[in-house]
Amino acid sequence: MDLRFTPEEIAFRQEVRAFIRDNLPTDIHAKMKLGNGPSKEDTVRWQRILNAKGWAGLSWPKEWGGPGWTAIQKMIFLEENQMAPAPELSSFNITMIGPVLLQFGTEEQKQRFLPRAANLDDWWCQGFSEPGAGSDLASLKTAAKLDGDHYVVNGQKIWTSTAHHADWCFVLVRTNPNARKRQEGISFLLVDMKTPGITVRPIISIDGSHHLNEVFFDDVKVPANLRVHEENKGWDVAKYLLGNERTGIARLGKSRERVNASIDLAHKVNMNGQPLIADPVFRQRVAQLQVDMKALEITQYRVVSAFDKAKGAGRPDPLSSVLKVKGTELLQATTELAVDVAGPMATPIWAEELAAMNEQDELLEAGSASTGSYLFLRAASIYGGTNEIQKNILTKAVLGL
Amino acid sequence: MDFEPSDDQRLLLESVSRLLADNYGFAQRKTYLARPEGYSTDMWSKFAELGLLGLPFAEEYGGFGGGAQEVMLVMQAFGRVLVLEPFLSTVVLGGTAITTAGSDAQKKALLPVIAEGGLKLAFAHGERQARYDLTDVVTTAKRNGGGWVLDGSKTVVSHGEAADRLIVSARTSGERYDEDRITLFLVDTAAPGVARRGYATRDETRAADFSLSNAAGEVLGEVGRGLAIIEKIVEAGIAATAAETVGAMETMNEMTLEYSKTRVQFGQPIGSYQVVQHRLADMFMAQEQGRSMAMLATMSVDNADDTERRHDFALAKVGVGQAGRYVSQSAVQMHGGIGMTEEYAVGHYFRRCMVIERLFGDPAYYLQRLANEIT
Repeated sequence: MDLRFTPEEIAFRQEVRAFIRDNLPTDIHAKMKLGNGPSKEDTVRWQRILNAKGWAGLSWPKEWGGPGWTAIQKMIFLEENQMAPAPELSSFNITMIGPVLLQFGTEEQKQRFLPRAANLDDWWCQGFSEPGAGSDLASLKTAAKLDGDHYVVNGQKIWTSTAHHADWCFVLVRTNPNARKRQEGISFLLVDMKTPGITVRPIISIDGSHHLNEVFFDDVKVPANLRVHEENKGWDVAKYLLGNERTGIARLGKSRERVNASIDLAHKVNMNGQPLIADPVFRQRVAQLQVDMKALEITQYRVVSAFDKAKGAGRPDPLSSVLKVKGTELLQATTELAVDVAGPMATPIWAEELAAMNEQDELLEAGSASTGSYLFLRAASIYGGTNEIQKNILTKAVLGL
Repeated sequence: MDFEPSDDQRLLLESVSRLLADNYGFAQRKTYLARPEGYSTDMWSKFAELGLLGLPFAEEYGGFGGGAQEVMLVMQAFGRVLVLEPFLSTVVLGGTAITTAGSDAQKKALLPVIAEGGLKLAFAHGERQARYDLTDVVTTAKRNGGGWVLDGSKTVVSHGEAADRLIVSARTSGERYDEDRITLFLVDTAAPGVARRGYATRDETRAADFSLSNAAGEVLGEVGRGLAIIEKIVEAGIAATAAETVGAMETMNEMTLEYSKTRVQFGQPIGSYQVVQHRLADMFMAQEQGRSMAMLATMSVDNADDTERRHDFALAKVGVGQAGRYVSQSAVQMHGGIGMTEEYAVGHYFRRCMVIERLFGDPAYYLQRLANEIT
């Protein structure tokens, strides 16, 4: 047992921090520091810089362009990248479809998709949820019928993040409606978003942004060689993917970045005639968040360190549900803090006015952007399996109830 | 980073767990409580035989050569069964005082005797007016011939009733709250001028108040430089009791889970209801977050960076305290009426966690300290 970072890990953190500082384009950094999200182009630019450095593959093996990091190094990278703040790697590409293809894909599928996924030449999205299948994902109805050498897909997906940007979508479809158990009739398909019969409709979320979509499939032809794993075994792939997703889901660096930004802003706004930073109630709130962030940080290292020890052979650690619940609670608490610091400046929708200003007003922009992330991250306790579902998982997996 | 115990640590944990499994059932514990000492002197001897009473001492002083990690493993096992013996005060607090500040002669004279079970210590620092401020010391010490004599009062001294010697803080000069000029002394509880009043605290351990009147004391460490040693003692205590809280949370969660499977209401075990299941999930999450914070405290004991170490101890004390409070309160709630009874174990765990929260400063105190640090 050694509960400290090794000198190598400390040096690694320095290396990552320095690389991001020296290579993150200044326009992207300036915009994100105010609390704005990155555009598609920002994300692509940054991921390609990281990929050129050999860092985009995160947990992928070296032969497929991964950096060969330990899970601890991976966490350190994610934290530093989020704290910078820099655009995050496309999770659909890097922590979802990449590991799925590495685990279940054919050689041909790996050759065709992995290098392009790492370089964000293909933007992936996830076609899981349906209007009638949210937390109860296994009740999904989108149907795929095999017809010669291709499937014909009909149905609807919803809450599909960035489908309007996407080149490809990995989709869960029902291939056997008569299976004994619902989970046994599901397959996992890779779908080219340019295929005829696909319609993407925007869903504007409460932050005013277009991130979510509905995706309709109307007699969409998908070549059978784009099925991952065996027919009717798609649920195993989905479980693997969701377990994999969980370890990166705490996004602790993002919470730390929001607290740091709130402290910065608290020096610039007043409360009862003095800077808000002097207010004892504000300071206590920050202190409590520091406690909660530290506890999560160490729990996260416990989970990834156990994962490292198991050499990836272990099943997803049920503790990763703790990371999801506590991590998203913190994302929500820290974005809430930033909005409260912004005060009345959190209410206007400034986007167009700000763009038209000759001189940028940092306070106004930070206030407006904070509200954007606060509103958008209400989704954090809903996506990736709601926090209530996570508690069900804990109840079963850990408590055996 | 590596969170797995070593083979030696695993062996230590196994032998401690086996000893406690055989000797520390809740009913057995009641018989220890009924003894005049309020604990079992037999168990104390068994701890000595197993090497636990010299656990963090160097082998040259008859110790086991362990460190903060070994103390964490043992305290966690102790927390699981609510061990009553004065291990924390003697080995962790007293032991830290002597290993940190003692002269070689003092170490040679005291540590081997402690390891054999022949000497019990208590840390007599707190005073009525002080609450949690470590510098609020008004007990005084003045030179008397070649030695020192102490005057003043110390309150709620953990395991003070059993102690043969005390580690007493006193001002050798200066004013209340002065950071310098506090000195630590070894005081024999049987010496003239030492009056002891023993009593039970809410966790059923036996504490004591002391009044010192011209009581002889032997200097431990450098005169006037006691505060740094006091901090080390307190930090070792925070780490140890954090681990103890984790053990107590584990037992409370196990009891609550078991109860939820067997208690039937409305025709079904209450564990079949989602509202109970989610509370259990929350209790489990609190336990694990608390465990992470106890690990933080343990890894901080030997951190040489003063600023970072103090900060991390404050984080850990708040985190573990809040986790322990949440799990204790929830455990009683999930048990319903039976959880309110003296006869049932869960309330005893509740009270130990409540006492631990108040040892060395409570979460509100450390949250305030963290808040003051923000720039």
